[in-house]
Amino acid sequence: MRRLTPYILLIPTFVIIIFFIYFPAFSSFKLSFFQESFFGDRSIFVGLDNYIDLFTDSEYYKVLRTTFIYSFSSVGITIFLAFLISQLLVQNIPGTRIFRTLMFSSYAVSPAISATLWAMLFTPTAGLVSYLFQVIFNINVDWLTTVPYAMIALIAATVWKMLPFDLIFYIAALQNIPESILESSMLDGASGWTRMWKIKFPLVTPITFYLFIMNFTTTMFSSFGIIDIMTRGGPLGSTTTMIYRLYLDGFAFQDNGLAASESVVMFGVMSVITYLYFRFVEKGVHYQ
Amino acid sequence: MRRKNKVYFIISEILLIVITFVMFAPILLAFLMSFMKPAEVFSFPPKVIPSSFYWENYREALKLVPLGRMLLNSAIVAIFITLGKLITGVLAGYAFANFNFKGKKVAFSTLFITLFLPAETVMIVPLFLLMKSLGWVNTYLALIIPFTASATNTFLMRQHFRTIPQELSDAARIDGATSMQYLIKVLLPLSKAMIGGAAMINFVYAWNMYLWPLVITMEDKMKTAQIGVKMLIDAEAANNWGTIMAGTMIVLAPTLLVFFLIQNLFVKSLVSSGLKG
Repeated sequence: MRRLTPYILLIPTFVIIIFFIYFPAFSSFKLSFFQESFFGDRSIFVGLDNYIDLFTDSEYYKVLRTTFIYSFSSVGITIFLAFLISQLLVQNIPGTRIFRTLMFSSYAVSPAISATLWAMLFTPTAGLVSYLFQVIFNINVDWLTTVPYAMIALIAATVWKMLPFDLIFYIAALQNIPESILESSMLDGASGWTRMWKIKFPLVTPITFYLFIMNFTTTMFSSFGIIDIMTRGGPLGSTTTMIYRLYLDGFAFQDNGLAASESVVMFGVMSVITYLYFRFVEKGVHYQ
Repeated sequence: MRRKNKVYFIISEILLIVITFVMFAPILLAFLMSFMKPAEVFSFPPKVIPSSFYWENYREALKLVPLGRMLLNSAIVAIFITLGKLITGVLAGYAFANFNFKGKKVAFSTLFITLFLPAETVMIVPLFLLMKSLGWVNTYLALIIPFTASATNTFLMRQHFRTIPQELSDAARIDGATSMQYLIKVLLPLSKAMIGGAAMINFVYAWNMYLWPLVITMEDKMKTAQIGVKMLIDAEAANNWGTIMAGTMIVLAPTLLVFFLIQNLFVKSLVSSGLKG
């Protein structure tokens, strides 16, 4: 009996992942080599046609570029801001508890709701952001419907949503830096600014890397809700990322073969990210 | 030196107040706007404080979209996904942490590879086709079952169980306890904090799911609250942001309240799960 126990314990997990992860993943690969017939009544084997279509279509390169710009801008800005703000939050300044609670609150806000809040702020008629830009810079922008402002609005909403996550990790990491290192640097006469970038920043590299990977995955996959509600991939496809395009091809145009091949491409991206994660984060670039 | 410190302190305090305000402003403004009459919403320059508590927006939002039912759906889906993930994770984590068995390595890597495959996105098209052939489209089953097991939860539990000394297991066995008794009577009580943290993170993840519920639910009565928000924007043709914000507040309030109440716990479990991996 005891010999069978571990297998019995693993059954629930393996039934679920085989049926709902492995089987669909396998179908994804298979589907990517097929195309629906003209009447949609059967599938025809087309070999690499879907992939060739994808990579000879200049639109798809635009999608890749959009994904790249959106992800790297959102992630870069979030990490930079989080590192700076976390410095302020570890100093035990009066009111820190309240500041933290209110600042972290967007962590509890779902992507769909974040998008709704920011759509409201950016609306030309009633939005406060639109109003402020008009008053301060005297520019009148139709944020969500013009290029490139729609992308900027998306990035703003994404940064706002991701920031608490990064703050939480940076605060934890900064509090883990041994007091002695900071004290000796102070004796050496390093200024606050130098200490921040020359000492603290290198010390939290593993966390920065972890956050980079986590944020990147978030912008690749979970940001679908933000895009769907704020811009629907528009204007002129300027905010159509890989995941949004996959959704359009799979569910609006019902081209399963093409959507499947896009899945496989995203699987490739995901593999690289996960590989990097385990290569650098799990194996640990640890300084302590 | 002391003087410089004081200046530094005051600047930090001011910066923190400004940043906190900016970060919290979207939620605060949405709350205030949810009480504005349509005329106030569109006034120029924009008004920030509503002139009265105009509850009509909330009534209107609930009339346009069945948000109550959708919140219930979200709760059902999130609770069952969380329970499922915890149960499968505890069992599998226990198997990996406390047993040596043939095929352990293969089983572990089989699970490990699924980290590369976020189910609700990368394989969404075939997963949808599978649901169609099972006849599960537009049911709770489709919203829940595919997400009731994950590598992350299994690994988290495994890591945790491995920190518990082997002597306890030996002692339990000498006392005649079966392995299930040991799991339930010894390991689980020692893992309350860990499981609580994992539960919270899983719950938030399930509650926030958007793409999968969007494609797999057809009727309003099966949709989740996240989809309800989108429907409200679509239904509110005149873009009356007062009504949209009222609906947003209805969907946001439960999670925000829970977060304010147990924020410390949230933060702690997030950090420990992330740092331990």
